[in-house]
Amino acid sequence: MGLLSKKDAKLITDPLADNNPITIQVLGICSALAITAELKASIVMALSVMAVLAIGNVVISLMRNIIPSKIRIIVQLVVVAALVIIVDQVLKAYAYELSKTLSVFVGLIITNCIIMGRFEAFALANGPWRSFLDGIGNSAGYGLILIIVGFFRELLGSGTLLGYKVFGDPIEQTGLYAYGYENNGFMLLSPMALIVVGIIIWVQRSRNESLIEEN
Amino acid sequence: MENRTDKNSYTIIFAIVMVLIVGSLLAFAASSLKPNIDENKRLEKQQNILYAMGVNENDESSANFVSTDKAPELFKKYIKKQLVIQDGKVTEDNQAYLIDIKKEQTNAKAGIARRLPLFEGEKDGKTFYIAPIRGKGLWDAIWAYVAMDKNMVIQGAYFDHKGETPGLGANIKQRFFMDDFIGEHLLDNSNTFKGIDVSKSNADPKNDDKTDNEVDAIAGATITGNGVSAMIKSDLKLYEPFFKNLKK
Repeated sequence: MGLLSKKDAKLITDPLADNNPITIQVLGICSALAITAELKASIVMALSVMAVLAIGNVVISLMRNIIPSKIRIIVQLVVVAALVIIVDQVLKAYAYELSKTLSVFVGLIITNCIIMGRFEAFALANGPWRSFLDGIGNSAGYGLILIIVGFFRELLGSGTLLGYKVFGDPIEQTGLYAYGYENNGFMLLSPMALIVVGIIIWVQRSRNESLIEEN
Repeated sequence: MENRTDKNSYTIIFAIVMVLIVGSLLAFAASSLKPNIDENKRLEKQQNILYAMGVNENDESSANFVSTDKAPELFKKYIKKQLVIQDGKVTEDNQAYLIDIKKEQTNAKAGIARRLPLFEGEKDGKTFYIAPIRGKGLWDAIWAYVAMDKNMVIQGAYFDHKGETPGLGANIKQRFFMDDFIGEHLLDNSNTFKGIDVSKSNADPKNDDKTDNEVDAIAGATITGNGVSAMIKSDLKLYEPFFKNLKK
């Protein structure tokens, strides 16, 4: 890889697979439950978290030598909250439609444990460039799982993808519905997000047995 | 040796400086962007009201407003009168669409008579009466603009929400839900106000029966649906005397 050194590239590829924040570290589960009933919401959330985590990581990394260790968690919280609110205000002023779609996620981004987790575990000990890559990598790993879960929940729960009717119209009884297919409404409820995440964890660990913890 | 950043004095000074910087940054952002945000909200209200009376750019399945640059002009063209009803008295006020329903609801609790805005629109020879309503969903506020004819039969509705769950409660602003209300009667067979129930036990999923005072609920969004029923019942009922007078 020309652009990134091997060590830097690992910062991006690791969280996508063997050190995934959701399936391995089990962080950020709360938002994975809340917003994955639709694929579109999952994608929007993934991109928002990517922006906040990448910028936040850089800010924290630049401040890492002057942050007093006693109040570092509060400092991290203030940085992420300020970032999110400013972005929200700017969107409200210049991209009102988009901001309305995002408003639901603002609170969820601030409380996302992956963000605090990466600030604490990585940005406080590493330089800005590496922190930036770490932010991109971890949010991509998070987003990947979100999009997989959103894909299955919307497809099986509503029979649509990004609002497009994949299986036909359930009310008009066209397409698959003409043959007696029914949407599984249970997929839309949050417990199913956990079960889908569980299945992903299962698949991932059975393919890579080194991930299985010893008792 | 103790690290410089571990000292209490350093910690306190750092905290104060940080709060000052972040605070002024946020205050600056909020105040410099406020005019833009207010303007966006004003245009959105016009778009919402126009949407309810059928002035929109809907395609087959998605809900689309008229564009923001056209909204003020179309608002002038289609909205013939803006009325405010207070204590049974009806007055005209061309700023009525800016009335804050939330504030009016709080005032009503404190005993101040609520100002009820109502917009009279005309399109293709038909007269619409559009009323804004507001209530509570699962997480936060939900609101709507409901267009009715003089018999309180719904002609169009626009629902919106602040923070309902995407894919579940947030679907109240989807066409399949909003369009269900079109043609529904708010009055029952004996012409008294009954409202419209967002019903889970609705035996009419295709919504062919427009006089059953029911529309089909969204699976997984029970509380948001109940909120919709409740705000229709409480807020639209306030307009009943106006419509009774209209028939006389």
